[in-house]
Order: sequence, then C-alpha cells, then structure tokens
Amino acid sequence: MTGGYGGEDIIHGCDIEVDRNQIVVIVGPNGAGKSTAMKAMLGMISLKEGSLKLDGLDISKLTPQDRVAAGIAFVPQTMNIFSELTVEENLEIGAFLREDNVRETIEEIYNLFPAMKDKRNQLAGELSGGQRQQVAVSRALMTRPKVLMLDEPTAGVSPIVMKEIFERIITIKNSGVAIVIVEQNAKQALNIADFAYVLVGGENKFSGEGQELLNNQEVRKSFLGG
Amino acid sequence: MENFEFINAMVLLANFVIVPALSYGSQLALATLSLTIIYGVLRFSNFAQADWMSFGTMATILFTWLFQSAGISAGILPTALLALPFAIIVTALFCLLIDRSVYSFYRKQKSQPIVLMIVSVGVMFILQAVVRFIIGPNDRKFFDGEKYIVHALDFKNYFGLAEGLTIKSTQLITVIVALVAMISLFYFLQKTKLGKSMRAYSNNEDLALLSGINPEKIVIVTWIISSILITTAGVLYGLDKSFKPFTYFNLLLPMFAAAIVGGIGSPIGAVIGGYVIAFSEITLTYAYKKFFVYLLPESLEPSGLMQVLSTDYKFAISFIILVIVLIVRPTGIVRGKII
Amino acid sequence: MNDELRAPIAFIIMGILLATVGFTQSWSVSLSVINLCIISSIMAIGVNLQWGYGGLFNAGVMGFTALGGLTAVLVSHDPIYEAWDKAGVGIVISAIIFVLSITALLFVFRNIENKQIRNTLIILIIVFGLIGINNFYGPSIDIIESINPAKTGFLGGLGLPIIFSWLIAAVVAGLIAWVIGKITLRLRSDYLAIATLGISEIVIAVVKHEDWLSRGVKNVSGLDRPVPYEIELQQSEWFLNLVERLNFSKLEAMQSLSSRQDLLNDLVIDSSGIFVKLCYAGLFFSVLLLIFYLSQLALNSPWGRMLRAIRDNEEAASAMGKNIFAQHLQIFIIGSAIIGIAGAMLTTLDGQFTPGSYRPLRFTFIIWLMVIIGGSGNNLGSIFGGFFIWFIWIEAEPLSIGFMNMLAGGLEYENPLRMHLLGSAAHLRLFIMGLLLLLALRFMPRGVIPEKIQKK
Repeated sequence: MTGGYGGEDIIHGCDIEVDRNQIVVIVGPNGAGKSTAMKAMLGMISLKEGSLKLDGLDISKLTPQDRVAAGIAFVPQTMNIFSELTVEENLEIGAFLREDNVRETIEEIYNLFPAMKDKRNQLAGELSGGQRQQVAVSRALMTRPKVLMLDEPTAGVSPIVMKEIFERIITIKNSGVAIVIVEQNAKQALNIADFAYVLVGGENKFSGEGQELLNNQEVRKSFLGG
Repeated sequence: MENFEFINAMVLLANFVIVPALSYGSQLALATLSLTIIYGVLRFSNFAQADWMSFGTMATILFTWLFQSAGISAGILPTALLALPFAIIVTALFCLLIDRSVYSFYRKQKSQPIVLMIVSVGVMFILQAVVRFIIGPNDRKFFDGEKYIVHALDFKNYFGLAEGLTIKSTQLITVIVALVAMISLFYFLQKTKLGKSMRAYSNNEDLALLSGINPEKIVIVTWIISSILITTAGVLYGLDKSFKPFTYFNLLLPMFAAAIVGGIGSPIGAVIGGYVIAFSEITLTYAYKKFFVYLLPESLEPSGLMQVLSTDYKFAISFIILVIVLIVRPTGIVRGKII
Repeated sequence: MNDELRAPIAFIIMGILLATVGFTQSWSVSLSVINLCIISSIMAIGVNLQWGYGGLFNAGVMGFTALGGLTAVLVSHDPIYEAWDKAGVGIVISAIIFVLSITALLFVFRNIENKQIRNTLIILIIVFGLIGINNFYGPSIDIIESINPAKTGFLGGLGLPIIFSWLIAAVVAGLIAWVIGKITLRLRSDYLAIATLGISEIVIAVVKHEDWLSRGVKNVSGLDRPVPYEIELQQSEWFLNLVERLNFSKLEAMQSLSSRQDLLNDLVIDSSGIFVKLCYAGLFFSVLLLIFYLSQLALNSPWGRMLRAIRDNEEAASAMGKNIFAQHLQIFIIGSAIIGIAGAMLTTLDGQFTPGSYRPLRFTFIIWLMVIIGGSGNNLGSIFGGFFIWFIWIEAEPLSIGFMNMLAGGLEYENPLRMHLLGSAAHLRLFIMGLLLLLALRFMPRGVIPEKIQKK
C-alpha cells in the first residue's frame, strides 16, 4: 500500500496481512503512519498504489460503506459510540446494513459482554469508560465482520480495564474473526498478538510473531523503552 | 355564590389564556420541532425556516383555492386540511431542490455551521421573494367550514354563567393535529430503523458512516420531515389567525427562542419550549383585573389592569425568556446539544 | 484577477454606475443614493470589525442602528419643560428604582451562595421593583404622553446640535453592546446570532412602544440639521450668485429677461437641493474616512493581529493565555459603536426618527450582505459592499419593473398576468439580494475585495 492525504505520501509500500482467528498488532512511534494505514484499509483515504484484498476479493475501489458491507468493521479511538442512544440501539445501528434478523447476534453479544445486557436500555454516554469501550466493540461486531479493526482500544483506560478488553478481544478472535489492532501500549498488545508489524516512517520496519518482537533487542530498545 | 365567582374566574382564564395558549403553543411546538430537526441532523440554525413556513402555507392556500373552485370541500372541516398533503409534497420537493442546488455543496465542503447559517439567510431572501411574488404580501384568510365548537353565548346560556368560553374549531383541530404529528414523529424517531439511524447520524456522524448509514438518505428524510412539520404548523397558524408573509417571518424568533429554551437539538425540548414560550407570551400580557375582581372581595379589588407587561411587548417576551435562559441555563430545559 | 487590482477596478465600476444614475436619472437622485451608500458603508465596517476580524456574528445591527437614531432624537430635540416639570420626578424615580433593582439582582446573583435564599431574594427584588416602578412610572408616562400629544407627548431631548449625537450615539451603542456582550459573547457563534437578533427586536419594541421616550410609532420629525436648509439657500445672496456664475452660459442663451429669471429660479431650486445633499455627503464622507483610517490603524496594530489570531484559531490563542472573551467584548463594543454612529447619521439625514421602519431585513441582513459580498476581513471591501449593495437595493426596483415589462411585453394592458407581474416587481429585489449572496458565497467566498493574507 502507498498513500497519504494528498501532498506527501505518509505510508509507502507497507504490507499488512491477517488471517481468521488471528490477532495482528500494528505498533510504532507517533507519526509512523499507523492511523493512516488503518484509514487506507477502511477506504477513508484512497491508495496510490497497491491493493486491499478480502478473502481474495479486491476491495480497493469500494467506498467505506461498501467495505463495511463486505465485512470490515472498525472501532475508532474516540467518539466510537452513539452516546445519546441506548446500548441496544447502538447495537441495532451497528447492524444497520443487515436485512436479516439481528436478535440472535444481539444475544450473542450479550453473552460475550454480560454487562451490556444489564445496561441495554441505558444511554451509552452514561456508562463508564470500560463499558463504553465494550459498546464500541459490540457495535462493530454487529455486522458479523470478517475483519475487526481497533484503533487504540486501550487508550485512556485503567490497567484492569485494559486487561479485560484484551481478554475479550481474544474471545472474539476465537469466534473466527480476524483482528487488527493499532496500539500505543505496545508491550501489552504484543503479548496477545499472533503477528505484529512495527511501522516506522510509513514502512514495515519489523514484523514477526508478537513474542518474537517482544524479545527482539532492537525493537525493545527503540520502541518499548528497553 | 362564592363558587360561581370562582367558576367565572376560571372560565375567564380558560377563554383568554389557556385555550389560546394551548393552540398557539401547539403551532409553535411543531414549527420548533422542524427547526430543531434541521439543527440536529444538518447542524445549522436555519434562518429560512420561518419562510419555509410561509412557503408551505402559501402552497396550501393555492391548493385550497383549487379545490374550492372545483367544488371539493371537507364538509365541516376546513378545505385546507385536504390541501395540506399536496402542499407538503410541493414544499418537500422545493426543499430538496434547494438542498441539491445550495446546501449540498457546503455539506460536501464540510463547511462550518456558521457558513451554512449565512447560506440560509440567502435562501431566506429568495423564499421571501418567491412567496411575495406568487401570493403577494397581504393578509389572507383561507378558513372555511364550521367556525365554532363552543360559542361564548351558548356556553353562558347553558351554564348560566357570566363568563363565556369560546372554542374555535381551528383550536381543536390544531391541538389534535399537533398531537398526532408529535406522536408520529416520536414513534418514528424512537421505534423505526430509519428514525434510529437519523438519531444516530445526528449524534455521531462519522460513526454513522462506519455503520453503513447513507448520509444523503438521512438528509432527504430530514428535509421531508421538516417540510411536513413546518407546513402543518404554518397551516394551523394561518387557519387560526391568518396568513401574512411578514407575520410568519416574525415567528422565526419565537421558534428559535423555543428551540433554545427547550434545549436545542432535542425534540422533546422543542415541544416543551414551544409551549413555554406560548404560555409566557399570553400569561404575561393578559390583564388579570377582571379575574381578580371575581376572586377577591370588593375591598381588595385591584385598581390597575394587573398586567405584567403591556401587549405591545408580546413579541419581545420570547426574547426576554431566551436571554434569561441563556444566562441561567444555556443548555435549555432538556439538556440539548453541547453549546 | 490580481488581488491588488480588485479594489481600484471595483471602485471605478461603482463610480461609473453612480455617474450613470446621475446622467440618466438625475444628480439629485445619484447624491441621495451616495449618501445612503456612505452610511451603509460605515455600518458595514462596524459589522466587518465584528465578523471579518473578530469572527462574531452580530445579527443585531438593526438594534444598534435604532439606538443611534434614538440618540439623535434625544440629543437634538428641545427639552419639553412642561413634561419634565409635571412628571420628570416620577420618571427619574422609576429609573433609580430600575437601576437599584438591577444592581441588587446582580449583587444577589454573585454573592449569595445559598440557592434557596438567593431565589427568594431574586423574586422579592423583582416583585418589589415592579411594584415600585409601576407606582411612579405608569402615572408619570400618562402625564407626559398627555401633554400636547399631537406634537410632543414625550420628554424631549437635550437641545444640542444634532452633530453631537453622532459621537454620543457611539457611546450609547457601545454601552449597550457592553451589556449585551457580557450576556451573549460566551455563546457559540450561531447562538450569538440568534441572541443578538432577539435583543435587537427588544430594542425596537422599546422605541416603538415607549411613547414618553421618543413618541414611539408616532415618530419624531423635524429634527434640526447640521447643514443649511434649502429655503435659506434660495434666499441668500451668495448662493444666487454662485448658481448664476456656474450656469452663466446657459442663462446667457436665454432670449427674454423673464425666461432667464424663470430658468434661474428653477436652477436655484435644483441646486439648493443638490447643495444640501453635497454638504451631507461631505460630512458623511469625512466620518467614513476617519472611521476607515482608525479601523485600519487599529487592525494593523498588535491588538488587531491578536484579534485575527484568535479568529483563526481560538484554541491555540486560548492555549497561549489570551483572554478571548475580553478581546471579543472589545471588538463587539467598537463595532456596535460604529453602527450606532451610522444610525445617528441616518436619522440626521432623514430629519426624523421612525421606529416603525426598522425591519431586520433592511437593517441587519442587507448589511451582512454588504460585508460578505464586499469581502469579509477587508474594510475596503466593506465600503465597496456598502456602496454596491445599497445601489442594487435602490436600483433593483426600477430595473425589476423594466424586466417585468419586458416579460409582459406581448400581453395586453389589462391582462391579469401582466398586472400581477408588474405588481410583484418590487419583490424581485429580495430575490436579487438572495441570489447575489448565494452566488457570492459559492463562487467568490472571499468577496469582491478579499482579505489580504498577512505575511508572517
């Protein structure tokens, strides 16, 4: 992939690949192009070169809405819930594009996040930070996506909540979803990653299994603070 | 005898304060709802909204004339109610035309709300010209059908009271139509998929896009709903009083006042705001002298008119309330969007 | 087009337009248009300071204009001593009660923490204030309004030369702007617009209905003038000589002495009208130049640069520790004061104060058009906008009638469609205004004479 916001390219030729039942983590310093890469995958900026494939199908030319329909779901870092809607309405909007019965999926999500079920009729904006993050992820899952992308899901939450969120993500992964996470909390994220990329200056600087990168001296020194 | 005095006082109050305020409040509430929905979804204060009200009412009057000349009538109901749906369609189509040719450009540019507001001033000028060009600037009455449900004289004779109660059919029609419109709107917003997606879009535009909501569809639905509400409000107001473009333009400020007092962006707030403004306008300018004459013993009878504000200031009351709300509780009664 | 060239070209075109009116209609008409153009330009500069430099949407232009007009009346009209004698005390007492109540309210609002006590006190102050004011105010205004109601029926003014009112209008408008600004300037931009629009309506409601103040909708007319009256000119020797000298060749061509005298009379009457308008134009133009010069000076100072910095990036400016509210308040007051001056000038020109004529379309939104089409953030643009839009506003009517005549060309005289078209021609100018605004916003969003990009 190569692209940017017009003007200079922010990402150049970086490759990212993810499979079902896999968590891929993208880490890197500020301004490395992490968010840009994610926006490119979502279709919010267009690519100059390269392509995006989903199950072998080229989706590079699709609009963001069509990509959602094709099976990509995204949880933004901020403003990721409908704060003035109830939890259940958040889920229903998540399933906006689906024509079939969504009740079943809602129940599945209530099983995954039991707290959601208790608060189903509460406004999402009134929930605690961790619960809001759960609403955000749940909303994205309502399309039954093939790939779930999370932008810094643990930014600004307490370590306990962070741990919980990562646990849920593993559960989701096990249900057959491919997961891409962009993270600043690199150490913790690498711990749960099946595969990880370190982005620097818009390029893949390192890539490998999560543990492998954690043990890599150079990566440790430059990004994980020793 | 004591009791009769009390009943007379209450009838007086109902006749001159409660009934008129209820019907004006319903008209204002509908108009404010349309303003608030545009604000909530399209994110700008639409200065042209009062002139959309003129336009919709004008369209209704034209259809009414057409029906009347064709000999079609609604019996005891005003013909305008038959004309209303057709006028709504015309108004909505014109709204969409203006949206395509004017507003959509700025939406794509992601212009700031203030720019859209200035654009709406331009639309305001054009609508005023169109309405005055087609139907002229003068006062027009277009009410037909049965005028009274309860007439003061009959009421007096029937109950043997000194005070009479008049309920015009337009007042009852106003309250019923407004109730139906509000209930349908709230049902639509709370219970239907389209309504929920509209609220979602209004709440968080980017996330709505990520959920696959098509913004253009939301925009179209918004203009249609706004047309329905504003045309209905205008027709009810015109049936109750009369239609005059300048009077309608002057309703813009009570509408804004109601929207802000209720909590801008909140539909429930809009309804509450509409009634608050209407009741304040009427209760604060009513001369309570006669009311107290009934209630108080002769020795305590008031000498003045017992009026808080002269009727000259009726028009200014909504702004005074607006200013007070802005100082004391800028988010409005129902907490609206963040200022 | 080169930005540097835009201003001269725009003003040359404007000059040609005005000259065309002079040649085709008459110079008297042209001068009348010019005088109102100048006043409009001053208003536009006031709005431009607030919007173009401060980013504040003041939709209350009409209110400040009316305040200026009111000031003109109160400064220049002779005091009505009889009214003061009989009811002055009552009015003064109610004014004192009013001021005391407001002060007490503010004090309670700021200093009493306990909500219950505070609310009780507020209600008590309002109730007793109202009762107190009503006791003095009602009877007093009844007396004032009953004194010679056909001619006065109000308190009158200070009896000073009307030209002083221009300065005092600035002070009055500025003071009111200070109060309004305190209330509204913390609001988001479109709230500010709505609030100021509402407040301006309150101002109009007051001047319309407080007859003791300025006769309300009965208007005050016959205000004195800062320039000579036509009739005085027509009778003064030097003016007659001047007219004779200027039209020497025309007069010489006349055969008989009587026809020569007739022509001279006509010329004197015409010229006296033009002379008066020229005097006004001279006065107004001096004010415009002064305000333009001072505005430019202020805006190129560090203060002006800071203002623009705040407009362009409020967050950054606030992070740098700038007091945005204070800056906004200052510019709001200054802009409103300028609008107040223009309002006083307008009333001076009209020679009368007519509260019923203040409509938001004419006194608020048209001014906005001037600023936006002229070029927000550029005072020269505002001046051009003031001239251009006012010119269009005035000339749109004859043009519309011409246009309608053309449309109805093939129709018979009595044809109802023709009658309707001609009857509605006047409304076309609203359409032209709206269209101009929309076209400008779309294709020339920076205006005819855009803001100069400041070099860092």
